[in-house]
Amino acid sequence: MKKIMMLLAILGLAGAISTPAVASPAEDLKQFRDYFKKKFPTVKFDDYANGLYALPGFEEYRAQWDAYNEFPPYELGLGNGKKLWDTPFKNGKTFASCFKNGGKNIAQNYPYWDDKTQKVRTAEMDLMDCAKNNGAEPSFLKADLSKDLKARVELAELTAHFYSLSKGQRISIDLSKPGAVKAYEEGKKTWWARRGQLNFACANCHVDLAGKNFGGGQPLSAALGHTTAWPAQRLDWGRIETIHFRYMTCNGQVRAKPLKHGAEAYTNLQLYETYMSSGLPLTAPAMRN
Amino acid sequence: MARQTRMRTKTQDGATEVLVLVSHPMETGQRVDPKTKEKIPAHFIQKLSFTLNGKEVAVVDLGVAVSKDPLVGVKLKGAKAGDKVKVTWSDNKGESNNAEATV
Repeated sequence: MKKIMMLLAILGLAGAISTPAVASPAEDLKQFRDYFKKKFPTVKFDDYANGLYALPGFEEYRAQWDAYNEFPPYELGLGNGKKLWDTPFKNGKTFASCFKNGGKNIAQNYPYWDDKTQKVRTAEMDLMDCAKNNGAEPSFLKADLSKDLKARVELAELTAHFYSLSKGQRISIDLSKPGAVKAYEEGKKTWWARRGQLNFACANCHVDLAGKNFGGGQPLSAALGHTTAWPAQRLDWGRIETIHFRYMTCNGQVRAKPLKHGAEAYTNLQLYETYMSSGLPLTAPAMRN
Repeated sequence: MARQTRMRTKTQDGATEVLVLVSHPMETGQRVDPKTKEKIPAHFIQKLSFTLNGKEVAVVDLGVAVSKDPLVGVKLKGAKAGDKVKVTWSDNKGESNNAEATV
């Protein structure tokens, strides 16, 4: 009897120890950074903002990327976005009137937690609301952004211009509100959860396999610095796209059913990913493979 | 609406590289619209010409084989700083635009 009690006590103790304490976001961040520091000791921290091109072994991709950057093709889309941003609404105001500081140097705080709506707000959502509140009717307000390519690209170009106004600003996400932490935890769950027929989590490719060439011609980027470049233009798309569309295609690549553009799971994931890239300078828009 | 035409120059080793980026669909006329099952009419840039200080220095004949939003570059010899490079393009539908840059 005594023995059984002892055994139970030991089991109980072991159980208590193995129950993982919920790590705070700051601890997560440190662990995340340390992981990549150990994995790629030669890569400087700021260089992670350049995505996969910073990683060792991708020198050829880097050379190609540098050549693209001499005259980046996203300039055309960015030009469209700037035009939309500068065009006044019917009431004479512009998109700049909806944002603090005229929209300059504020994108590093996006996405942010909004206590009023109890939701994470992305730059796309704010831009859409801005148009709605000012009585404008751009195509992306009513269209189904998951399917309507034209409307989505228009929104992406506008968002790209918004982000370009904050180029170089270092990401800092405010997670002081309990709701924000909750959304962060949700995003974290999405990031580490396996899905699809291939049964991959985001983390499998962009943490474990980061820096490897997957299936030939698919270099896998490191998760650190993921969001700094978005909205970005990818070589095989030939247009500026939103980060949610990237999440959708990523889900498709592991044979999972993509969620809707603007889904709450995606905004939470974006919050988690952006927080994990805290301290890195924004480079959006940028070219990506 | 005139299509966006952007231009950039870079001088290196005595030659000046002039790059032009045009926002253009470059339709071949072979593609079929999946919804209406009708062919999308051809729409592509036919001629692109570069002038240096008003004098024509290069002419490019483009066709349907060139990609969407084409980037065209030529290298010019003997261009000096302050020279004006101008590019003009026209397509098969009669649209055209131009851009100017200083070396």
